[in-house]
Amino acid sequence: MVLVFVETEGTSLKKASQEALTYGADLASKLNTECSAIAIGSESGLENTGAYGASKLFAVSGAGLNEFTPEGYSEAIHQVASNNNASIVLISASYTGKSIAPKVAVKLSASLTTGVVAMPNTENGFSVRKTCFSNKAFSDVEVTGEKKVISIVPNSYEIKEFDQNAEVVSSDIDVSSFIKSKSVSIDKVQGKIPLTEAELVVSAGRGLKGPENWGMIEELADVLGAATACSKPVSDMDWRPHSEHVGQTGITIKPNLYIAAGISGAIQHLAGVSSSKVICVINTDPEAPFFKAADYGIVGDAFDVIPKLIARAKELKAS
Amino acid sequence: MNILVCLSAVPDTTTKISFVDNDSKFNTAGVQFIINPYDELALTKALELTEANGGEVTIITVGDASVEPVMRKGLAIGAHKAIRVNTEALDGMHVAKCITSAIEGESFDMILTGRESIDYNGGQVAGILSEMLNMGLVNVVTSLTVEGNTITAVRDIDGGRETVSANMPCVISAQKELCEPRIPNMRGIMQARTKPLTVVEYSDSYAETKYTGYELPPAKQGVKLIDAENAGELIDLLRTEKKIL
Ligand SMILES: Cc1cc2nc3c(=O)[nH]c(=O)nc-3n(C[C@H](O)[C@H](O)[C@H](O)COP(=O)(O)OP(=O)(O)OC[C@H]3O[C@@H](n4cnc5c(N)ncnc54)[C@H](O)[C@@H]3O)c2cc1C
Ligand SMILES: Nc1ncnc2c1ncn2[C@@H]1O[C@H](COP(=O)(O)O)[C@@H](O)[C@H]1O
Repeated sequence: MVLVFVETEGTSLKKASQEALTYGADLASKLNTECSAIAIGSESGLENTGAYGASKLFAVSGAGLNEFTPEGYSEAIHQVASNNNASIVLISASYTGKSIAPKVAVKLSASLTTGVVAMPNTENGFSVRKTCFSNKAFSDVEVTGEKKVISIVPNSYEIKEFDQNAEVVSSDIDVSSFIKSKSVSIDKVQGKIPLTEAELVVSAGRGLKGPENWGMIEELADVLGAATACSKPVSDMDWRPHSEHVGQTGITIKPNLYIAAGISGAIQHLAGVSSSKVICVINTDPEAPFFKAADYGIVGDAFDVIPKLIARAKELKAS
Repeated sequence: MNILVCLSAVPDTTTKISFVDNDSKFNTAGVQFIINPYDELALTKALELTEANGGEVTIITVGDASVEPVMRKGLAIGAHKAIRVNTEALDGMHVAKCITSAIEGESFDMILTGRESIDYNGGQVAGILSEMLNMGLVNVVTSLTVEGNTITAVRDIDGGRETVSANMPCVISAQKELCEPRIPNMRGIMQARTKPLTVVEYSDSYAETKYTGYELPPAKQGVKLIDAENAGELIDLLRTEKKIL
């Protein structure tokens, strides 16, 4: 069995979990086995796990699972995986997933592969493709363990819909004796599209001169329904929040569209964004290295170009 | 406080990545190796904590003798001593086994790692160590304070941040913002030469994941330039040519 850990956001499955489930269903059919989902502690948003490919949903709750801890969650997944003979556990590389995948792998004595971006090749053994060198390359990894834990990069697998319902198997597991940390408080950025899940991203760099000039970046993002990002110096100078910093030492994203204004395109910046499907660059300097990585380029002043983009996007939206 | 910092040596961030031997090996020719940027933060934070609370910082690296200059830099920044596990690092599980074997019999209040290595980007070692050593784990940490036996850490979560408390011993992985990395000074560099760097062996080279080949991402077709005067055309092209708006 392939077991997929899923998370909900509000009343639906997280997009990254929908992807992981589709991936799990496709992998299970390749291996002639079943795909099941496991959700911990959540009550709503799980109705449609079947539609993304799960034939069974293990809904787990119990003492110690009311809030996220790496120990509690990994133990719950471990128990369900062991009791149901899961050969592969899939975990999306969300921050939650990153904290638990290594622990689940140790508990199950399974091989661990993280950063996976494609369906395994099972023709001759089991080989998976992962990112490495901070997205400057891919590598193929041969996985030999009988059990496997695989963590998948968000936005690497296309979501499909399946015409089925998942049988719900609820269980109560007490993991309280495993827990070693406690959540004190949670601070969520409200109402914004999380950068890692965004399909469209508008980003800007030091070329914008100062934080007071981000109004037009936010407006463009707004009309397009995009998230905002920035280069490292911009977040270092506190012009923008750290959570927007993309690149080798920031967040890695692979949206369908990345618009970069006033960003030179240093190799460390590209490392975080080069897997974007379409890249548009706006820069006054025709020699800016970013143009080499771009699909569309506008050599021009962002202060002049961005308002034109906003105007055209609004026009088309209204028509 | 007795703190262990796991330090990996990685290609400098400006490295142009290429491969040799039929794309089966990373080409290290002319590549400069540095302390993994997140590990540099882990080390600096460890030093801040021991300066405030007393104690020692040990750095540990799994790798052959070629990683020693990078380890010496860690000693120059201020680590008190170093352990090198003399074997090629094969994967996260293998690195964690090497580390647990090398520190057997010692007791650390805290193990600090980077959030991930910027070469293999596993993000694995912290979680594996916490499980193997039965310690608490706080991953991707941007702020860390210690009071008595309790740590309070702020970690990144999807769409925000969470404050977490845990007892020591625990494993913490460092994220950007944890602190300002320190640069070694002349005195540090001189002292580093005589600080103890112990080499230990680990002979088990079993790994269940094996890197068999590498590939660079496909090159872009070339940029299509749009006149700044008609910048709005970009929006039309994204709609019609790319169908993404
Ligand atoms: C260890 C390490 C890790 C790093 N990690 C990251 C990372 O994760 N992410 C990251 O982004 N960087 C990272 N960097 C920094 C990186 O090397 C660059 O310094 C940084 O990306 C530059 O940011 P920028 O393009 O915003 O600024 P600049 O390099 O200053 O570029 C500004 C650009 O704006 C253009 N410009 C100026 N005025 C205008 C205008 N009016 N309209 C349009 N264009 C204009 C200029 O021509 C220029 O190309 C890292 C560096 C190191 C050493
Ligand atoms: N060869 C190594 N020796 C010592 N520590 C390592 C090694 N590789 C990785 N680490 C540590 O584990 C962290 C995460 O690495 P990774 O799991 O490879 O992304 C790094 O930031 C280091 O702190």
